[in-house]
Amino acid sequence: MSELINLSLTDQILGLADKSFSSKEITGAYLNEIKKKESLNCFISVFEEESEEKALMADENIAKNKARPLEGIPIAHKDIFCIKDKKTTCGSKMLSNFISPYSSEVFSKLDTAGAITLGKTNMDEFAMGSSNETSFYGNVLNPINEKLSPGGSSGGSAAAVRANLCSFATATDTGGSIRQPASFCGVTGIKPTYGRVSRWGMIAFASSLDQAGIIAKNAKDAAIALKYMSGFDQKDSTSLNEEVKDLQKEVDAEQEHIIGIPKELIENIKNDQVRDSFKNAISILEKDGAKIEEINLPHIEYSLPAYYVIAPAECSANLARYDGIRFGHRSESVSSLEDLYVNSRTEGFGREVKNRIFIGTFCLSAGYYDAFYNKALKIRNLIKSDFDEAFKKVSSIAMPTCSNSSFELGSISDPVEMYEQDIYTIPANLAGLPALSIPSGTADEMPIGLQLIGNYLEEGRILNLANKFQKLTNFHEFK
Amino acid sequence: MSLNNWQPVIGLEVHVQLATRTKLFSSSPIAFGADPNTQASEIDLGLPGVLPVLNKEAISHALKFGCAINAEISEKVIFARKNYFYPDLPKGYQISQLDDPIVGKGSVEIKLGDKSKIIGVTRAHLEEDAGKSIHDLYSNNSAIDLNRAGTCLLEIVSEPDLSSAEEAVEYLKKIHSIVTFLGISDGDMSQGSMRCDANVSVKRPDDQKLGTRTELKNINSFKFVEKAIIFEIDRQIKELEKGEEIIQETRLYDSKKNLTRSMRSKEEANDYRYFPEPDLIPIKISKDQINDVRKNLPELPEIMKERFMNSYELSDDNAELVTINKETASFFEEVLSYEVSPKNAVNWITGDLFALLNKNDTNISESKVNPKHIAEIIQNIEDQKISGPSAKKLLEIVWSEGGEIQELIQKEGLEQISNDDEIEKILDEVISENQKQFEQLKSGKDRLQGFFVGQVMKKTSGSASPQVVNKLLKDKLSK
Repeated sequence: MSELINLSLTDQILGLADKSFSSKEITGAYLNEIKKKESLNCFISVFEEESEEKALMADENIAKNKARPLEGIPIAHKDIFCIKDKKTTCGSKMLSNFISPYSSEVFSKLDTAGAITLGKTNMDEFAMGSSNETSFYGNVLNPINEKLSPGGSSGGSAAAVRANLCSFATATDTGGSIRQPASFCGVTGIKPTYGRVSRWGMIAFASSLDQAGIIAKNAKDAAIALKYMSGFDQKDSTSLNEEVKDLQKEVDAEQEHIIGIPKELIENIKNDQVRDSFKNAISILEKDGAKIEEINLPHIEYSLPAYYVIAPAECSANLARYDGIRFGHRSESVSSLEDLYVNSRTEGFGREVKNRIFIGTFCLSAGYYDAFYNKALKIRNLIKSDFDEAFKKVSSIAMPTCSNSSFELGSISDPVEMYEQDIYTIPANLAGLPALSIPSGTADEMPIGLQLIGNYLEEGRILNLANKFQKLTNFHEFK
Repeated sequence: MSLNNWQPVIGLEVHVQLATRTKLFSSSPIAFGADPNTQASEIDLGLPGVLPVLNKEAISHALKFGCAINAEISEKVIFARKNYFYPDLPKGYQISQLDDPIVGKGSVEIKLGDKSKIIGVTRAHLEEDAGKSIHDLYSNNSAIDLNRAGTCLLEIVSEPDLSSAEEAVEYLKKIHSIVTFLGISDGDMSQGSMRCDANVSVKRPDDQKLGTRTELKNINSFKFVEKAIIFEIDRQIKELEKGEEIIQETRLYDSKKNLTRSMRSKEEANDYRYFPEPDLIPIKISKDQINDVRKNLPELPEIMKERFMNSYELSDDNAELVTINKETASFFEEVLSYEVSPKNAVNWITGDLFALLNKNDTNISESKVNPKHIAEIIQNIEDQKISGPSAKKLLEIVWSEGGEIQELIQKEGLEQISNDDEIEKILDEVISENQKQFEQLKSGKDRLQGFFVGQVMKKTSGSASPQVVNKLLKDKLSK
């Protein structure tokens, strides 16, 4: 049955519908593979029995011709999404005992669409990290080369898809946490427009930047999965009350593309292999008929500093609720209220989370607010305007996902060097634009990604372009 | 207290709990006195992944208040996070407003004897309430009740325009009457629906600069506001006259000892690190919306008072008394609906009924006495069916037991004896029992007349008509 797990989502849906195989078989195959590859450490929880039961129910539904769109498809959720009565850790010791009493909208939508949740994937603690090394549950190994990082923070989801441990996985992206691990693991990852997918029940890191998305085998699979995850949710005030387009249809439609290339940024890429592979990818698309336009994003170079003020500032408030009082880790050595706060938080949070809380608290403090937070918001607006200007003449923007391929676990100890992992992915978060990463070549024998950024709510357009690229190349194929 | 040529400067911050059906950012119900933590949802508990959704009713309540005090209304309502740790503050921040409060500058007019004074309102903003910490329930632990967490508060900040405790109380009463007439709060200070902090300083009359102020907390009744401010003004004057400086600090009012004591100084004050709440989008308030609220504003106390003076020919004082709050005003108008004279209605309500309310420290809506009772008592007096003393007795019975006036008159035998023969028989009895006094009365000792009337009233348990007794007595004397 091992070939079932290699099939694309598209083929799995077809196969289940024409009863070439059952959900029981495909679910069983994934559960076996998860056990076999336990050492990759992709999962924090696996729901074996429940998945098997749900697979039987799915097969019944299929037999009765009552199949829902994703009926019987085994998937994984990043452990940042609350699921009722399930442990939801967010990769932290702080929430190692947290059983959620409610479900996230992302889970509910995919569950309603018939998908089976195999388990919850490992991640950097509170989604803060770019290597999956900040997880309290140990780092995830890159399935292509186990000495290397799968990227982060959605490293568990990216590695699980690459290792064929699920059909697709949900993930979140605050500054690149879907795209960078997708790039490192040679899979396809999309972060949709901010507000396209509800954040209800998705544990917050930086509220104005956090967005849920999909990591899948290819653009077509990602389009199908994203379609069933998207939509307005009145429980999330920042959710967009806009019609959900039929991404499944749009991904295969005939579309003209004008691709914008930020020339200066490309010329400044230090890694030759990354630059060459990018240029190669663009020439493939150009040969296929896409128009290429040079664009200018003058403020993009300030993205990283702006992001590392805004995201920590929001995180410092978002993580204040972990105080040891109502849920989560509570220190046992407590003799005063102050102790309860300080010791619970000292013990419950890892180093990187503490770093960011400190940075954020500092940036919001009296006397520093204008110098840091306000200035960062201004930069954010300038970056948005840069993109608005560019999208007047192009339909998508291309740049590398990351300035390098995967690195060895434990090799980056300087936090700022780690933050630079997100240098190309952060602008789309600051602007709230949809962006995806698809495999487009290799550097040092490891995959690297091509990043495509679309205009607001134009997920379909960048998925269409990505699908076009994947029809012309085989970088995304793996066994 | 001697002011000794010092001038007090006082500003009040009034927190009004808005009478919305649900909380400010969740759909949990709001009811006083429910079992602890039974009215707290995942949002109120600040669980990981929850998001706030603004209650539109709170916006409309705040707009009503803004229109009632002729304030500027913000075109855009933005919420901000106010960060601080406290066990009953579940998220570690309070969602409040900093810039662009929903209600901007406005004013109210207060009456001080024959004079009136305009008091400026700086702003009024919406914010969520915290829960309650209970420290005396368990010996070694504190308990937290989050039922109140997230309820809607309107914080109304006055200009430092008040110059005495008396003015502060009048201002507070004014705010109370506005919010209750608008129906946006029950205004019940004993249940914490209205809470007040006072900023107090003193200066010399010709000083341009204000003196150093202290903030008084925990003054949650009209009486305590007055007492706390009087104490604090006196304390500050004494300090200054001793040559000491006033320290800018928060002081707690101890109502048992009637004094204020230092809680924390400015140096220890929190840096709240306000920043815009990223989970909520700015709310736009349109001109139409404001006009609509203005048009549908309920009748406010001043206008109602004017109307009472014009339509019911009430004196200024009486009109003021029956418009003291909404309940009393509607009680009064309901009494009038039974077609009794407005003057009698005012006298009964503000006289005997108010006396009972004050004596029992309760309010008109909670008493067993209803408008029909008062109206029927008045009608029976007007029709000379009961005497004044019987009427008072009736009121006391319905006050403690309720019931129907007509039935009670029968049951208690309070029907006035206006039958001359019957009264004459009793008068004769009294005369024969008091021959000596009767002779004295006959010989010109007029003040004994009251004695005889009183004796007859006593024998008839007050049911004889005093007019009839007087007439019969005169007849006998002239014989």
